This record gives sequence, structure tokens and C-alpha cells, in this order.
Amino acid sequence: MVTPQDIKQWIETGLDGSQVECDGDGHHFNAVIVSPDFSGKSIIQQHQMVYSALGDKMKAEIHALSMRTLTPEQAAQGD
Amino acid sequence: MNTNERIQDTLGSNAIVLYMKGSPQFPQCGFSGRAVQLLQSVGAKFESVDVLADPDIREGIKQFSNWPTIPQLYIKGEFVGGSDIMVELYENGELQKLVESTN
Repeated sequence: MVTPQDIKQWIETGLDGSQVECDGDGHHFNAVIVSPDFSGKSIIQQHQMVYSALGDKMKAEIHALSMRTLTPEQAAQGD
Repeated sequence: MNTNERIQDTLGSNAIVLYMKGSPQFPQCGFSGRAVQLLQSVGAKFESVDVLADPDIREGIKQFSNWPTIPQLYIKGEFVGGSDIMVELYENGELQKLVESTN
């Protein structure tokens, strides 16, 4: 079964310099992804970058993933 | 018509289209259900397409938008996003503005 730790690792590997917090029950996952590469991108582009980091795993292993994407600046403001 | 043409035809003849699993009355997935609720709460009149009823569209719409998940919202032919983005747009008031822009 897929664990939140797997998803964190897949995204951080596929998206250089990103930091991921993820929780979930093996079927549904919630992830917050912070990456400097999100700067200047639309929210659609940001989510596409995460999907692209996960690649074919989105089709097979991961049933449902909710995500929130933030630049480091946005993450700092949210705290 | 091929799948791509069918998608473009649907988007061309409806200002707001939600590709979802199930119907607005009976969503077959929590994310699709949430998308319907958000649209209804801003008073949107929208066309829905049940991708579970059509495997070609289910696969075709993912390639059309380069987006691997359902639901997918389109307004005036433009891909707006999936359910997470819809929540964010709802919370910052943008979803209402997009819907009103179709009136």
C-alpha cells in the first residue's frame, strides 16, 4: 500500500528543491508542497508540475490526492 | 467526430462544463461531489459530463488538459482546474467572478 511517506519522497525526488508534507490513509492523501519553482507559475501549472513529478503513479498507485502548492514566500506568510 | 472534437464541441456549446464521475444528483466520487456543491453554491448553471459512462471521454479529457484527475472544470472553453483549485478559487472569490462572467 502507498504511504504518505512514499508520496512525499516521490514528489521531492521529482521536483527539485521541494518540501512536502503529506498525510493520508493509503487511499486518500493530502499534501502541501512548497517549491521555489512555483514562483511566477499559475496554480494550474503548479499542480501540473506535481502531477508530472508523480508521473504514471497517478494512474495506478494513487487513488486520490488533494494538494496545496505554495512558494516559499507564501509558506512563510501562512505561518 | 473523434474524442477531441467531441470535447471541443461540448466546450463550444456550453459556457460552464464539469467533467465528473457520476451526475450532479448522484456523484460517484467525493471530489466530484465537492465540485458540484461549489458550483451550486455560487449559483452556476452548468453542463455536466459523466466520464464513467464514456471511457473514451474519460481518457480523452485527461490528455486534452494534460491533467490526470477528474473532476475538471471548464469555463468559456478554458480549463479552470480540478477540485483543489476550485476550492481555492471559491475561497478567494474568483470562482464567483468566473461564473458571473458567463452571464
